[in-house]
Amino acid sequence: MNQFLNTFPRIALGVLLNLFLLTSLSMANEAKPLADNPELEAKVQMIAIELRCLVCQNETIAGSHAELAVDLRNQIRTQLQSGKSGEEIISYMVDRYGDFVLYKPPVKSNTFVLWFGPFIILLVGLWALLRHIRKERVVARLNSDNPDDVLKARALLSTVEKDTK
Amino acid sequence: MKRFLPLIIFACLCVFLVIGLQLNPKEIPSPLIGKSAPQFTQPILDQVNQEFSPEQMRGKVWLLNVWASWCFSCRAEHPLLNELAKQQTIPIIGLNYKDQDDAAKEWLAKMGNPYQLSVIDRSGNVGINYGVYGVPETFLINSQGVIVHKFTGPLTPALIQKELLPMLAKLKQSI
Repeated sequence: MNQFLNTFPRIALGVLLNLFLLTSLSMANEAKPLADNPELEAKVQMIAIELRCLVCQNETIAGSHAELAVDLRNQIRTQLQSGKSGEEIISYMVDRYGDFVLYKPPVKSNTFVLWFGPFIILLVGLWALLRHIRKERVVARLNSDNPDDVLKARALLSTVEKDTK
Repeated sequence: MKRFLPLIIFACLCVFLVIGLQLNPKEIPSPLIGKSAPQFTQPILDQVNQEFSPEQMRGKVWLLNVWASWCFSCRAEHPLLNELAKQQTIPIIGLNYKDQDDAAKEWLAKMGNPYQLSVIDRSGNVGINYGVYGVPETFLINSQGVIVHKFTGPLTPALIQKELLPMLAKLKQSI
């Protein structure tokens, strides 16, 4: 009896370990279909995040649960399995769905405004701001009561008058 | 003038906003327009051992209408297709997209069948080749097998009057 009490914890531990191993093994079996070929799935995912789901337009094919997105992910998978490259698959999609299927629009003549318009507007804004600041500075200087400045202002005004004549 | 400049810029923005709000983001220009209709050979609904391929319509101007019994907007455009078929305006081939055969047959029996035949595309692969993303879609294909126009979403009387019929008249002239 005493012996049993001594060995019991060991047996219990063994049983527990076995149970744990068994469950983890069976779990690994269950999860298998999802991670059938993790390398392939990673590639599918990499291509899918480049493509827009046309049903829910602000999602990528990778992130969308729409049926079309699922179909297109399957299409990517089968094409990868048949040995096509990512670029080939993307151009396959563009041929059928147009540039809009690309999540990041390509730089082209008709997307020029989209890509560079904001920078052009920024430059125009900067230019307007600088011009405004410069003008303010001149006005601030001329507004001072310094007699030298008053003289300078008069001189400036006279040159302007000459110019206009 | 200068005082009104911000107002003018604001007015311009408003105009762009109003135009933008009236555009339909679902209408994406198809890159297939002007290109040959993608080839396929698929079984025909309700015709055992029969197959259809677009090649069989060579020499005819025809419509390829993508439909499914689960598609609600298809219900809306269906009477219009029935009318087109009744008037024999243009032959219509159906592409039964990702559907169950029984459900599709039942739907046609109930709603009327404007199609010369319906092609079965259970997997949706033909749909992918045609760039289908929102059923119903309708492709206008000319006698050389080139896609002339694509209607995304249900056809409406206005679309048929203002777009489809004028295009058809033009195509018939050129033959």
